[in-house]
Amino acid sequence: MTRYIRHAAAFCALLLLALLANATRVQVVQAPTYDENPANRRNTIARYGQPRGDILVGDRAVTGSRDSGEQFRYERTYKNGPLYAPVTGFASQVYGTALLEDAADGVLAGTDRSLSLLPLWNDLARARNPGGRVVTTLDAAAQQAAYSGLGSRRGAVAALEPSTGRILALVSTPSYDPGELSGTDSAVARAWARLNGAADKPMLNRAVRQTYPPGSTFKVVTAAAALDSGVVRDVDAPTESPDPYRLPGSSARLTNEVEGCADASLRYAFQWSCNTVFAGLGVEVGPEAMRTTAAGFGFNDRKLGIPFRVSPSTFDTRVDDAQLALSSIGQYNTRATPLQMAMVAAAVANHGSVRTPYLVDRTTTADGDTVSATVRHTLRQAMNPVTAVRLREMMTDVVEKGTGMNAVVSGATVGGKSGTAQHGVHNSGTPYAWFISWAQADDSMEPAVAVAVVVEDAAADRGDISGGGDAAPIARAVMEAVLDR
Amino acid sequence: MLSPGTTAQADPPAPVVRLPRRRGIEFTLLVVAVLLSVYGYCDVGLARTGSVPPGAAGYGAGLGVLALLAHLAVRLRAPCADPLLLPIAVLLNGLGLVLIYRLDLETPGDRAAPTQLVWSTLGVGLFIAVVVILRDHRVLQRYTYVSVVTALVLLALPIFFPAVNGARIWIRVAGFSIQPGEFAKVMLALFFAGYLAANRNALAYTGRRVWLLQLPTGRVLGPILTVWLLSVGVLVLERDLGTSLLFFGLFVILLYVATGRTGWIAVGLLLAACGAFAVGWLEPHVHSRVEDWLHPFASIEAGRGPNQLAQSLFAFAAGGFLGTGLGSGHSILIGFAVKSDFILATAGEELGLAGLSAIFILYGLLVERGIRAGLSLRDPFGRLLAVGLASIVALQVFVIAGGVTGLIPLTGMAMPFLAQGGSSVVTNWIIVALLIRLSDSARGRSEEEQQHEEQHQEHREQHDGEVAP
Repeated sequence: MTRYIRHAAAFCALLLLALLANATRVQVVQAPTYDENPANRRNTIARYGQPRGDILVGDRAVTGSRDSGEQFRYERTYKNGPLYAPVTGFASQVYGTALLEDAADGVLAGTDRSLSLLPLWNDLARARNPGGRVVTTLDAAAQQAAYSGLGSRRGAVAALEPSTGRILALVSTPSYDPGELSGTDSAVARAWARLNGAADKPMLNRAVRQTYPPGSTFKVVTAAAALDSGVVRDVDAPTESPDPYRLPGSSARLTNEVEGCADASLRYAFQWSCNTVFAGLGVEVGPEAMRTTAAGFGFNDRKLGIPFRVSPSTFDTRVDDAQLALSSIGQYNTRATPLQMAMVAAAVANHGSVRTPYLVDRTTTADGDTVSATVRHTLRQAMNPVTAVRLREMMTDVVEKGTGMNAVVSGATVGGKSGTAQHGVHNSGTPYAWFISWAQADDSMEPAVAVAVVVEDAAADRGDISGGGDAAPIARAVMEAVLDR
Repeated sequence: MLSPGTTAQADPPAPVVRLPRRRGIEFTLLVVAVLLSVYGYCDVGLARTGSVPPGAAGYGAGLGVLALLAHLAVRLRAPCADPLLLPIAVLLNGLGLVLIYRLDLETPGDRAAPTQLVWSTLGVGLFIAVVVILRDHRVLQRYTYVSVVTALVLLALPIFFPAVNGARIWIRVAGFSIQPGEFAKVMLALFFAGYLAANRNALAYTGRRVWLLQLPTGRVLGPILTVWLLSVGVLVLERDLGTSLLFFGLFVILLYVATGRTGWIAVGLLLAACGAFAVGWLEPHVHSRVEDWLHPFASIEAGRGPNQLAQSLFAFAAGGFLGTGLGSGHSILIGFAVKSDFILATAGEELGLAGLSAIFILYGLLVERGIRAGLSLRDPFGRLLAVGLASIVALQVFVIAGGVTGLIPLTGMAMPFLAQGGSSVVTNWIIVALLIRLSDSARGRSEEEQQHEEQHQEHREQHDGEVAP
């Protein structure tokens, strides 16, 4: 019997060896695959197992953490949530991340390898660094001014520093509190459903994710193209433009809101926003040169991220002359984000060159050591510096004696351009009121701020006046906030 | 693995070897086992709250007293017993309590550790009772048929009670849940050992020979086959697959050890294959288990989220080599049965492959020590009983550990000593008590039976015939 007992023992040993071999398979060989399975919640739990790093505006954190004691333990809180929502986005246990929370997620969650001194050791020990910080370029005062200026109206503001591309304000209204999406309880699901179902789309970031027809503010681009291409050599010379302007190859006639546009000079046409003149100039310049200039300002750029993605602004070049005429006054298929139009104003202020806009100044570890700083670089030269000087003059005229007198800031040179964009079937929608501008303090060598404002539900009376009337005061408030620093 | 010296018993004249009793080693190992458990308990508290949990002293004292009482019982009544058996049982039970306590922290509404401690106390009490009352294991052979009747009654009882989570293996009396099938394991092992010890020659040498197989007479084979079929049939009715697999394995192993006929294994495997196929085909419950085993992530791909097995695999994988540390894992994601059937996943996640291997090796040692007692014993009943009890432990560990790690289809079964479950803890303590008794007889033989053997020479001749048939 001894022999058979030994066989039984060997059988038991075999069972044990099979268990050990299989445990090694599961825990070592297959472990990485299992760890990465999206249904494995451990990554998410670890991710919320420590407080998320903060997003800073100036020296102040606009985010915080709350220990919920739940499985996804630390919930994100937001100070002034609606004010900064178009910048921070949300970090939700259930619905993931958006905007900066998404773009800088690795740093904020502590998973970014650059946060650790010894990345390899961390990988081995499965250690997690405390969440790092993201320092934004925002100017708290400018952000607040823009937000208050828009008030209860639907719209957006984008402001940036022309010489660097630093984004100073990024506001979209109506807004929402991203803190409502933190956590896992049923209130979060209700908030998500409510926010997504709301007619006025509070979670839409209108400053960078919504494109609008830019209307007359696009005339800055058309003017730059006309001057750069030599179609206009003297801004004070008559342009031989008819009024009304018959769209080429069509019987449709384009008219103006103001008098004196027939044969007006570029300076006059710009100051009073003559549609007929700019439509004609666009056709004269031609689609190819118009496209080149528009692209120089950043139109049709699909890759822009600040670091989160910015919807591309478009200038359509597959057009006939009639469509080109309309495109040149910011209608037809021309569409722009408020950030794009702020870049247009900034290019004029900054000697014709456009800096890549950016929102993150630097990222740091939890202790404040800088991990990376944004390297600023020129995006491209949008126009000749000489053209820029002429456009500066013309934009200054708009504010001093044209449609933008609501944007005057004492102690500073301000240039602007108003716009009213028609949209909807047969232009039935309430026009969008636009105002783009820049400001340079009288005692400064550099322009301090370029800003674009769009108000969706502006006062119903048509005409460029509404851009100057509704949007310009908001732009002024933002410029004053920046200049007051 | 097994020292060849143990066969020396068969060589006449047996050398007068006075085996050391090793109770001091047992005591030292018990202290280590209790300290390790208390350390684990403190570790959970430190990981969770940063402080030693308030119950640590009480837990340590309780476990220590239980270990000490058990040790005293062994020291007084089974002084020659194997010194490893009791410390392994205490360590596994202590670790199980730590793991259950640790999981209790995640389920504030369902505290299982205190209940488990009560059951463990009862288990140790029964352990002491068995060691003290049962002076000689050969007495048990008298109860061969009482055992089988008891086993069948115990197995059949739950049919009259409602099913719990798909398996009809529970009886609930006055708030207590008992799994009678657990106790039936010991009874059935007693029956198999007793019956085979009495009839093994008839099984091996009588009857007709068909091809390579020596068929025993129906009179000899009939009863045991009936018992086995009855128990498995009942279990299938109750959907307790793990236990039916265990009984099947126990039956085949003991039949093989008793008769030495390899053919039995072949027949057994053939029967098992047919049975498994039939059950898997007819029974949707089993069918889904097999499907889960073959495709553990199918439910994820179907968008229904991970099932229990997938969650268990995730837990093991998260442990890696060294584990997350006690209290720092997320095995609670497994959900239902995390404290019972899936307790090993918590060990795998928080102690890692290193800790899991240690646990497997502890079980391996327990089994090996049991089998070694069987080898050293001289009476066929004792030998078969020791091998049977050790095999129960080995098969239980294999069936449930293999199930939760995806090696074999998952069947519900309790990890001996580790898992939540009163019946299981009590039963396993009785198994260890019997092994202690058997190993005491085996190792004590050299003094006691020395005198016996001198007086009864014919006794030895009988043994010789058995060892080399």
